[in-house]
Amino acid sequence: MTDWEIVFSEWPRFAAGFGTTLTLFLLSTIGAFLIGMLFVNILYGRNRIARKAVGIYIDGMRMLPFLIFVYLLYYGLPSVGISMSAWTAGIVGLTLYHCAYVAEILRGAWSQLPSGQAEAARAQGHHGLRMFGRIILPQLVLNSAPILGNQLIYMLKDTAFLMIITVQELTYAASSVQSMYFVPLEPFVVALLLYWLMSLSIEGIVLIVNRFAKERGLGDT
Amino acid sequence: MGAGDYQTLLEGAWVTIWISVIAIAGGIPLGLLLGLARISKLPVISQIVTVYISIGRATPLVTLVLFIFIGLPVLGISIDRYTASVLTLLLNTACFNAEIWRSVYQAFPRSQIEAAKAVGMTRPQYFRRIMFPQMTFAATPGLVNEATLLVKASPAVAVIGIVDLTRVTNRIASQTYEPLPPIIIAGIIYVVIISGMVRLQRRFEKRAARFASIEG
Repeated sequence: MTDWEIVFSEWPRFAAGFGTTLTLFLLSTIGAFLIGMLFVNILYGRNRIARKAVGIYIDGMRMLPFLIFVYLLYYGLPSVGISMSAWTAGIVGLTLYHCAYVAEILRGAWSQLPSGQAEAARAQGHHGLRMFGRIILPQLVLNSAPILGNQLIYMLKDTAFLMIITVQELTYAASSVQSMYFVPLEPFVVALLLYWLMSLSIEGIVLIVNRFAKERGLGDT
Repeated sequence: MGAGDYQTLLEGAWVTIWISVIAIAGGIPLGLLLGLARISKLPVISQIVTVYISIGRATPLVTLVLFIFIGLPVLGISIDRYTASVLTLLLNTACFNAEIWRSVYQAFPRSQIEAAKAVGMTRPQYFRRIMFPQMTFAATPGLVNEATLLVKASPAVAVIGIVDLTRVTNRIASQTYEPLPPIIIAGIIYVVIISGMVRLQRRFEKRAARFASIEG
């Protein structure tokens, strides 16, 4: 068998790894957005102490490498009695790390909104969560689509770090096929192409969202 | 944690710093080269560079460092761990730098180029004397920002056994059986390094803004 035939005969391994990477990516994207939205509301809220705490959390995460944060969760926390499986530590790590970046991007977009708009919405009787969901949030997402897309690509790439704590994602699959048969190049080529495909899809979605935004007079020009 | 452990941590920090510095120093000119190659209308070359940048930006460092460290020897290029790590970081950061240089190039005011042409300067002349110095000013904040991203992604090299500031925490924990303190201290060292870089970036941003307003 040639090296490529070996790699293709091992496709279930790649499929499983790819599936894990996608699952990690999708779940943590949802988690990071939910917490990011909560954080940005706190940053624009009235509670001064909460505002300060969230600000420190965001700044802290933005100055920490993802892997050391995962080390903290996976290797560090068991000594204070919190143990997680590698997979759980991975998903918790991705979510808690990237929610800070999402929050910061949304905050930046919110600061660009004219303040009269929220006042006008309040005057019309909108308030609270519904006002955020129906008036503020769509504009934040549409205005920052390209930056959010970039962040999603970083999040996708960060899933590969999780092989270091033995999560069996795509790079782990490539690495195990490589060491099992000693085919050094091909498994990684397959993995790289799959990552590329995923990030091209993210970029494609961003383009569509951006076109949608421009039709509504939003988005960067 | 004893005094010896602190020293081990600092050794790890030193590894992180020197591999990052070499990769940053090499990645900026390589990025410029790639960026210009992409803008150039040279057939084939500009397309290849465009695809290379697109793949490079989508590639996780963990995957790339394994690919380079395990793959290159098969092609007859022997490579040690440290060279593989530096090369990985360098090739990766160059793709992002290429996009920064490209956007700065494309935002360059046309009027200056026309003025340079009007006084009879050739393309290489006005690029070297007029465009490049100003492009450097405009690109610096973005390049520093990319450099901080590189430092944050550098722990990826741990996967091929480099003992950097992240991996060194494992080594200490295997002796003290207390993983939490070294991880926290390593985290603090990262925050110190990266916050220093962020401060540098803000200073360059101010300078670039002032420069642009003089030009304006």
